[in-house]
Amino acid sequence: MRITVTVDGTTYTDEVEPRQLLVYYLRETLGKTGTVVGCDTSNCGACTIHLDGHSVKSCSVLAVQADGAEVTTIEGLARDGELHPVQRAFHDNHALQCGFCTPGMIMQTLDLLADDPDPDEHAVRHGLEGNLCRCTGYQNIVRAVRDAADRMRPGAGPAAERLADDSRQMVGGE
Amino acid sequence: MTATVEPEVGRARTRKEDARLITGRTRWTDNITLPGLLHLVFVRSPAAHAKITAIDTDEARRMPGVIAVFTGRDLADVQGSLPCAWPITPDMKAPPAPPLAVDQVNFAGEAVAVVVARSRAEAVDAVAAIDIDYDDLPVVLDLAAAAADSDLVHPDLGTNRSATWVFDSADAGTGGDVAAAIADAEVLIERTYRQQRLIPAFMEPRSVVVDPTGEQLTMWSATQVPHILRLMLALTTGTPEHKIRVIAPDVGGGFGGKLQVTPEEVLAMVIAQRLGKPVKWTETRSESLVSAHHGRDQIQKLTLAARRDGTVTGLKVELLADMGAYLRLVTPGVPILGAFMFNAIYKFPAYHFSCTNVFTTKTPTDAYRGAGRPEATFAIERLMDELAAELGRDPIEVRAQNWIRHDEFPFTTVCGLEYDTGNYEAATARAKELFDYDGLRAEQRERRERGDVVQLGIGTSTFTEMCGLAPSRVLGSLSYGAGGWEHAAIRMLPSGKVEVVTGSSAHGQGHETAWSQIVADQLGVPFEDIEVLHGDTQSSPKGLDTYGSRSLTVGAMAVLKAGEKVIAKARRVAAHQLECAEGDLEFAGGRFTVRGTEKSTGITDVALAVFAAHDLPDGVEPSLDSEATFDPENFSFPHGTHLCAVEVDTETGFVKIRKYACVDDVGTVVNPLIVDGQVHGGLAQGLAQALYEEAVHDESGTLTTGTLADYLVPSAVDLPHFDTDRTVTPSTTNQLGAKGVGEAGTIASTPAVVNAVVDAVRHLGVTDVPMPCTPMRVWAAINHRSADSGLGTEAGGGLGSLDTSGGAV
Repeated sequence: MRITVTVDGTTYTDEVEPRQLLVYYLRETLGKTGTVVGCDTSNCGACTIHLDGHSVKSCSVLAVQADGAEVTTIEGLARDGELHPVQRAFHDNHALQCGFCTPGMIMQTLDLLADDPDPDEHAVRHGLEGNLCRCTGYQNIVRAVRDAADRMRPGAGPAAERLADDSRQMVGGE
Repeated sequence: MTATVEPEVGRARTRKEDARLITGRTRWTDNITLPGLLHLVFVRSPAAHAKITAIDTDEARRMPGVIAVFTGRDLADVQGSLPCAWPITPDMKAPPAPPLAVDQVNFAGEAVAVVVARSRAEAVDAVAAIDIDYDDLPVVLDLAAAAADSDLVHPDLGTNRSATWVFDSADAGTGGDVAAAIADAEVLIERTYRQQRLIPAFMEPRSVVVDPTGEQLTMWSATQVPHILRLMLALTTGTPEHKIRVIAPDVGGGFGGKLQVTPEEVLAMVIAQRLGKPVKWTETRSESLVSAHHGRDQIQKLTLAARRDGTVTGLKVELLADMGAYLRLVTPGVPILGAFMFNAIYKFPAYHFSCTNVFTTKTPTDAYRGAGRPEATFAIERLMDELAAELGRDPIEVRAQNWIRHDEFPFTTVCGLEYDTGNYEAATARAKELFDYDGLRAEQRERRERGDVVQLGIGTSTFTEMCGLAPSRVLGSLSYGAGGWEHAAIRMLPSGKVEVVTGSSAHGQGHETAWSQIVADQLGVPFEDIEVLHGDTQSSPKGLDTYGSRSLTVGAMAVLKAGEKVIAKARRVAAHQLECAEGDLEFAGGRFTVRGTEKSTGITDVALAVFAAHDLPDGVEPSLDSEATFDPENFSFPHGTHLCAVEVDTETGFVKIRKYACVDDVGTVVNPLIVDGQVHGGLAQGLAQALYEEAVHDESGTLTTGTLADYLVPSAVDLPHFDTDRTVTPSTTNQLGAKGVGEAGTIASTPAVVNAVVDAVRHLGVTDVPMPCTPMRVWAAINHRSADSGLGTEAGGGLGSLDTSGGAV
């Protein structure tokens, strides 16, 4: 089947097998290997991306379902060499060790902050429940998410989404 | 110039590694593609124990995109037998371990055939078309029954017992006779504990890519041990070692689970060689959980002898350890790593340890974070709480009565190990303060008196561990197949930049950052000017890799030793340039200064001069580059006091961690940010053993916790905030003063949590709750029912709900 998808600002048209999962389309067809596969039951969240502005586990979406959609991956967040505030907060708070879960964690954090710009610890932990990390014990991830919320105030959520939207247009031309 | 102002060591540097990881510019093995790459997918046995009577691959071979299908019989002459590097006794029984099963399968999940196709999807399709007939053999699942040789896993061995390893302090001359201590005991604590089987569950599934087209065959693998892997591939397949290059690119966690030479690595190599094409294998999570090695799995029979006044007089440990179906790389040695840790921080005058390693028809076990030491620490820390309860005393007070006092170091233990430094009093005092021990005890009393439905329990763990694996002569005395040294090299580039080559192979630990900090201080060059090279046998040609909290205490020590040689070489050139004697030079902040003068030169200036080589002293070669191999003289002994408060709902059995505070003494800290992170992550895994995780098999030997929906790796919701702090008693076994931190949290935390759970309900007659302490098990313990006798083993509330055996239903 033929699909047209905009990923991190660039529009692609490809023939895909109907059974192909979006995550494999991103990784293998487009070379967007920043998004990774950590499980086969949609428990780990390592493959989390944004589909039309909302986080999804890209292992649970068929590539054909993304036809006509806009996708943002971890590779589309930084702009002109400037890290997104959430990326910076993860770095500054040592919220990653091996880094395998990190792309999914960051993408889910953006979604979480869009819903709740000032989450307390409880809200952060619940908002990230679908993303597993084996290295950090989550403590520094929680710290990073709250730090990112502080950095993105006021209106953290919409700002996060806007930044992702902007990057779609800008990075694509580069 | 290049002198750093404040010392790098001790600074909370954010990590160099992060830049690529937070932007998706990663190099996971599965990201690698090569022209004409072929994909491997394995057929795995659904049976735990069976004869393979027929394999029909004809249809699969004809399917689109399929290049080849191999069975064990097809590869029997080239696949060799997977290596075990730790024959713990001369008479240890070890079965052949073919990467692909040939005639018989011995655990569910064992690879039986492999499809090679142009795409992964086509290979998966073809796997479904392979028809295999199995003739079932009796499964061997229960560890105690297996030890009794009820049915045999490997009939040719004549027994399921692989080896029995014994240490006795009276025989070794390091202590007294345990039998006498037990006979004379005023108090005897006898317990049997089960260390459940765990799964390392690193986040990055294993992956391997092999390119056989170059002069050197290149393997990329998600491994902790590229150097060990290279040697073992050579020994297993007969391909000469110098014709193999192994690269561990970005590796997404290991926790011991990637300390292995896997069937899939060996098979990817021999298949790539046979076809002359590059191949890739990346496992699914379900494959990972069932076929990557598991950890723990012991039955611990324990006897602690004490006097009525609380003084411990003897400890006897009898273990059964489940090897699973085969002996993998260090499988037999894992329980032995715990042998010298059961006595822990206490002054036992007599000690006896025996461990019998037993085969079952389950996934092989091997190292998992802590490897032998968590099991030991759990046992002794549970026993100390039980002793305190028996005596009606505060568990910390009983520990303090028996632990090595800070003024008694160095202290030679009943196992003959010399603990160099420690201060258990200081760590414990600080932990009690951080925890509000007295306040929580008061609340506990209040809830008891009130008969609150939710009871509070407080658990203690005052642990130590032996890290910095390991002095080579000690490993030799334990029959391990290699040494415990580590290698490093430093290259001084003419432009003033520095390359540090390390045999330590990081997979999340932050070595690039920590090594840069250490070298920045030593050579006086900026942190940013240092590049750390690792994980590629071509750039870092020598090493023994990363495990056992050894990287800083052994690997970074090798870096320091290489740096000392660089400075010594540079000093000779600097003296020549400055026209003085070498002895007149002081080296600090990256500069050689003639004592008492202003005359100086920088080490990077010397590096440039050496590169030009126009004016060197006679007999000096034009290079400052140096390498060193460091072999530790002793282990290091991190310790700490961990305190856990849990709320137990006595009506539902649900356990909630109310507060977790710990004070660890890991010696000198190079980077507090990284150390805290290691502690947090370690705690998470230790807590998970106490409360959530268990690899469960059904009666046919099928792993029922074979997905992340069933094997309960905790999420952010399942874990508490940790209050952490440190005391610093530098180690004297290495000049950094470091002790190691990678395993501390995991080793310490499990007994703290279980002690807390038992403490919450001890007044209801509970003396133990088996791990993981699921609501059902806690409820059953409170109600004096067996959790495994038909209580709710049927399906419950869907994904994530626990059955009695710990897995989700």
